Amino acid sequence: MNPQMVMYEEEFNQIQAVVERLVKEANAKVVFIVDKNGQLIAAAGDTENLDTTSLASLTAGNIAATGGMARLLRENEFATQYHEGEKANIHIQLVGNRVILVVIFDSRSSLGLVRLRVRRASDELNAIFEALLTKVQSPDRNDVLTEITDADIDNLFND
Amino acid sequence: MSFINYLSREINCKLVYYGPGLCGKTTNLQFIYNKTAPEAKGKMISLATEQERTLFFDFLPISLGEIRGFRTRFHLYTVPGQVFYDASRKLILKGVDGVIFVADSQIERMEANIESMENLRTNLAEQGYSLDKVPFVIQYNKRDLPSAAPIEELRQALNANNVPEYEAVAYKGDGVFDTLKAITKLVLTELKRGSGG
Ligand SMILES: Nc1nc2c(ncn2[C@@H]2O[C@H](COP(=O)(O)OP(=O)(O)OP(=O)(O)O)[C@@H](O)[C@H]2O)c(=O)[nH]1
Ligand SMILES: [Mg+2]
Repeated sequence: MNPQMVMYEEEFNQIQAVVERLVKEANAKVVFIVDKNGQLIAAAGDTENLDTTSLASLTAGNIAATGGMARLLRENEFATQYHEGEKANIHIQLVGNRVILVVIFDSRSSLGLVRLRVRRASDELNAIFEALLTKVQSPDRNDVLTEITDADIDNLFND
Repeated sequence: MSFINYLSREINCKLVYYGPGLCGKTTNLQFIYNKTAPEAKGKMISLATEQERTLFFDFLPISLGEIRGFRTRFHLYTVPGQVFYDASRKLILKGVDGVIFVADSQIERMEANIESMENLRTNLAEQGYSLDKVPFVIQYNKRDLPSAAPIEELRQALNANNVPEYEAVAYKGDGVFDTLKAITKLVLTELKRGSGG
């Protein structure tokens, strides 16, 4: 089985800081990070009226589909995608082949600016996720899963 | 691949409904969606053809209760059952924590069931999973139809490993939540086991 993705407060705060800064520096409407399985990791900006759970799953599906196309072409994964709409544009960047950084922006920003800011944010995020992975693999981490009992699982369905 | 978030105190898992075309995978999700309280579900997304055949996937996020102060959330996906969508099926299986095989009970779909089961085994193996190890349940759907094969026959063709199995009439909801409960239990038990607990 695959290793779990785990998120701790310390790393989350670092990731959230990067994402929030990216919103400002790129003049973006929304920035979010999704893992390749479609789980939302962090989001910032004008997320109030946005269904980020759905967006996360579709983003991952999109990356999976283009990744599949790349393999058929014997290409490396397409690391960047850009979709231009009438009002909103969406820039999708694969970070360290592990997580996906999505930037939604409008005419108050530009593709050039977004690209520039995404590049730096990607490097920072890559380092954070690298560290997170090391931490997850260390044996002495405090793990809620080991404490779960069979009774806990049964109780989940008794209410 | 489950995702444990210590900050939001959530355990997230991915479940995939597999099975031949028209066996009732999407119908399972629709029933779950309709019967789940608004606060416990997100939007259901269906990427489908104009004829309502699944083209890429259906997606439904739901949350169950809490365990040890952690909310359990499940992302439900269906694959497209039609044979020629195999590339998409492989993608949906990535990072799966548990699989539900929905069989079409109609005797004339027996071949299609067997072929789909073999396809599941192959595609899981490509991802480095074994169908004998991954949390897995089988649902025999469309029990209401006159041409439904006897359960014993379906069991022999599809359930050599004796995994938990449920009869269902998905559009009425019979068996749908029993199947879901069974797979979520298996997944959580596997998570606990995998962590050494
Ligand atoms: N009689 C009967 N019909 C069912 C049952 N479950 C589903 N159906 C019908 O079967 C048809 C196909 O169901 P879907 O849920 O779309 O099938 P699917 O497995 O998602 O098919 P693909 O997306 O092509 O893989 C629909 O018309 C359903 O209403 C059942 O238990 N009994
Ligand atoms: Mg379908």
